[in-house]
Amino acid sequence: MSGANAYDAVVIGGGHNGLAAAAYLAKAGRKVVVLERRHVLGGAAVSEEIYPGFTYSVCSYVVSLLRPWIIRDLNLTKHGLHLLPLECSFLPLPDGRSLARWPDANRTRDEISQFSVADAEMYGVFGQNVGKLARFAKNVIDKPAPDPTSFDPAQLTQLLNMGKQLRGLSDDLLALQYKLMTMSAVDFLDEWFESDVLKGPMSVSGIIGTMLGVRSPGTAYVLLHHYMGEIDGSSRAWGLSKGGTGQVSMAIARAAESFGAEIRTEAPVAKILMKKGQACGVVLENGDELQAKVVVSGCEPRLTFLKLLGEEHLDDEFVGSLKRYKLRGSSGKVNLAVDRLPNFTSRPGDGPWLRGDIAIAPGIDYLERAYDEAKYGDFSSRPYLNVVIPSLMDPSVAPPGKHVLSCFVQYAPYHIKEGPEFWPQRREAFGDAVVDTLAEYCPGLKESILHRQVLTPWDLEQEFGLTEGNIFHGELTPDQLLFQRPVSGWARYKTPVKGLWLCGSGAHPGGGIMGGPGGLAAKEMLKRGVV
Amino acid sequence: MPKPTPFHPRIQALCHSYQWKEWAGYHAVCNYDAHSEREYFAIRNAAGLLDVSPLYKYEFTGPDAAAVLSRIMTRDIATIGVGRVTYTCWCDEAGKALDDGTVARLGKEHFRVTASEPWLLWFRRLARGADVTIRDSTRELAALALQGPRARAILDEVVDFDMNRMRFFRVRRMKLAGKGVWVSRTGYTGDLGYEIWMDPKDALPVWDALMEAGKPHRMEAMGLDALDVSRLEAGFILQGVDYFSARFALIEGRKSSPFEIDLGGTVDLDRGPFMGQAALKAEEAAGSPWALVALSLDWEEIERLYASYDLPPHLAPVAWRSAVPVYASDGRSQVGQATSGTWSPLLKQSIALATVRTRHAAVGTRLKMEYTVEFARKTVTATVVEKPLFDPERKRSTPGAQKTAEVAG
Repeated sequence: MSGANAYDAVVIGGGHNGLAAAAYLAKAGRKVVVLERRHVLGGAAVSEEIYPGFTYSVCSYVVSLLRPWIIRDLNLTKHGLHLLPLECSFLPLPDGRSLARWPDANRTRDEISQFSVADAEMYGVFGQNVGKLARFAKNVIDKPAPDPTSFDPAQLTQLLNMGKQLRGLSDDLLALQYKLMTMSAVDFLDEWFESDVLKGPMSVSGIIGTMLGVRSPGTAYVLLHHYMGEIDGSSRAWGLSKGGTGQVSMAIARAAESFGAEIRTEAPVAKILMKKGQACGVVLENGDELQAKVVVSGCEPRLTFLKLLGEEHLDDEFVGSLKRYKLRGSSGKVNLAVDRLPNFTSRPGDGPWLRGDIAIAPGIDYLERAYDEAKYGDFSSRPYLNVVIPSLMDPSVAPPGKHVLSCFVQYAPYHIKEGPEFWPQRREAFGDAVVDTLAEYCPGLKESILHRQVLTPWDLEQEFGLTEGNIFHGELTPDQLLFQRPVSGWARYKTPVKGLWLCGSGAHPGGGIMGGPGGLAAKEMLKRGVV
Repeated sequence: MPKPTPFHPRIQALCHSYQWKEWAGYHAVCNYDAHSEREYFAIRNAAGLLDVSPLYKYEFTGPDAAAVLSRIMTRDIATIGVGRVTYTCWCDEAGKALDDGTVARLGKEHFRVTASEPWLLWFRRLARGADVTIRDSTRELAALALQGPRARAILDEVVDFDMNRMRFFRVRRMKLAGKGVWVSRTGYTGDLGYEIWMDPKDALPVWDALMEAGKPHRMEAMGLDALDVSRLEAGFILQGVDYFSARFALIEGRKSSPFEIDLGGTVDLDRGPFMGQAALKAEEAAGSPWALVALSLDWEEIERLYASYDLPPHLAPVAWRSAVPVYASDGRSQVGQATSGTWSPLLKQSIALATVRTRHAAVGTRLKMEYTVEFARKTVTATVVEKPLFDPERKRSTPGAQKTAEVAG
């Protein structure tokens, strides 16, 4: 192959995973091009100055699972990546009480004791046990998922090692593992804790990005994902990216370019080109054709196969699996520019409790009620919110003294009863529900708002290519993880279509700003010698 | 017992952790919080304000000041213009380093030297017969370091000078909140930063003005632990830790030449006589036996070491400075020692400074460093890497430099 439009690899989508895959391929000397539909790189890990002087992390807003090996391999610090730890998890309550959980164990115990002395003590024990399991899970996310039906000796060894590690767990931990795989977040937490105040914010990690409630079975497992978050080898530390999450993508992009990768923005791909049953390139919406030995898609799997490729190139069983693949987005995002810090009634003023994530999750019933509305096709009138004020730790995203509030909102079901295409008509009402909810905890919030950006699941789909607005490119539930992600038998980035590979969050190890799918996919392609 | 610095009333009120240590006879904060994380991230994202009053300071005044300093220092101080600062070291007759610090030319006949140890008698001895006055100004000057990407914007709000015009390693007199201060664009963090020198009676008003201006920029008061992490990322050595002043070394083996501590860049050999010149010329010709390098430890190996005990990797929350042996790649023959190190939250790497035999000092050389896990002494691969590990453009860049030619003084 030769010519300006002939490549070793074409990567569809300039999200952080597509860019990571491109960086690894370029580092190995391959001729790579990344094609991004939008004018800006990052996909859902994007920073944009929507309102002058204020930089929003438009979609994804926290970083915990970005693999440290990627930071080192790609020298991302030199290319501008800078992660800042969140210092606290703050829960204001409507009755004027509040709970803050800190990295300092004694301080956290003290805080939980307001609600239950037994829970305060149990909290440490719980963390220790779940932390052990999370460490096991962490080994799993840094390698391609082994296929249990494979006779490939390398995969068998990997599977055996996983088995060995599982066997190495004590009986108690093993029981814990099974419970995590099957129970609901609330049932699981009920076995440990008595205080509803504590269980509320703990249970929500089980539902983020899924169309399930805290009492739905299977949500316990996602708690574990939360515990895998790490910065600096210390588990459970969540952080922000300086300059917004887009800086993660930009740093990876600069690394990719330093290795010789070509990156094009405003270059939407119309179709994946096939020749003799094999993917051989792409055609852009403007008609340009690019040839490549492999086509690597960072897009969500259903979009990749059913829209960019076409059902006619796939067998029925695979198409069926893709159609059953659970996307059903359940969350939205509201970004606010404010002229002063929110002042929480339950803990007034500017303090370290604001320098973390702030949860509006006052109890299990509140959360379940929020889900009830969503189940029947409405957004929650009083939703679960996860609020972060990045400008407190990173003054570069707002003018001095002013702030950015990033509000993750659940539930905002993609399938509202009017139909998803009616979301634009309900967008502002949804934004109002979010602001009203938060303002109940910090009066004066509404008066401080300079600008508001509301993203519904419909917007996430239309603008960012997240099918059905699912932020993880597919729910992170046990049935859609590991060797089942995205489709059983096709979990190692390879697809039934020769020459077409997956490298996005819809592949193992899944969603979040992790870079794992991109990095691991590129390594796998290089190892298999396909590029 | 250590004494309070002029900033003590403010610092003490903020130091909720009660974690203090002694620095040159003064009380100094290790960290204000239970750990230094918030302060470290403030340096790299916003700004940190650190009391550096304990630094030793000397004023050289008089017609021969430049000539005398040129005789004392490895750098040719006479060539430094007014309003400039330089970083240098000074040696004994045998060309062994005594200390390192900055020399600022405040006027044609006025220089200020900073040092980590007291040197008045040494300086005076070398000035004998010259028309110069050397005074220890340590107690006459309170000092603050304001470090971090927001330092310029913060300072700009409280001084009567356009800080966008002040270039790297410059110094000038200005008014800060109405008080006369010296501001130098220097520091020990490897970031954009300044040091502010003032009369102790102005210490509190200056502190208050900076804290007030710094607040909307998310500036934090910072202690020595955060400084230690950032200076290692910046590759700055520390006397008494990474090398030992020849004056205090009990044995020859503990002494180092400037070439051996990566301060060769400060040595101007071909000029008029200066202390240690002959020995340094000879060493330059013959080559130095030791070299000071930066190491990056193999994190995957560290993880595996811990995993072999079924432990998660443990990261100390502070920089370490208890020296450990460094071995050749065989892991057996000792080729030097790592003298201080830290986990770099920014680089996601464990880093260290080490003194090794010169033939093992080339960038890319894979060495082994002792690493203790679960009470057992192991080794991990430590690769020699380029210094400094962290070197942001903002450290040197000056947005307003093109617009106006800077007038010093």
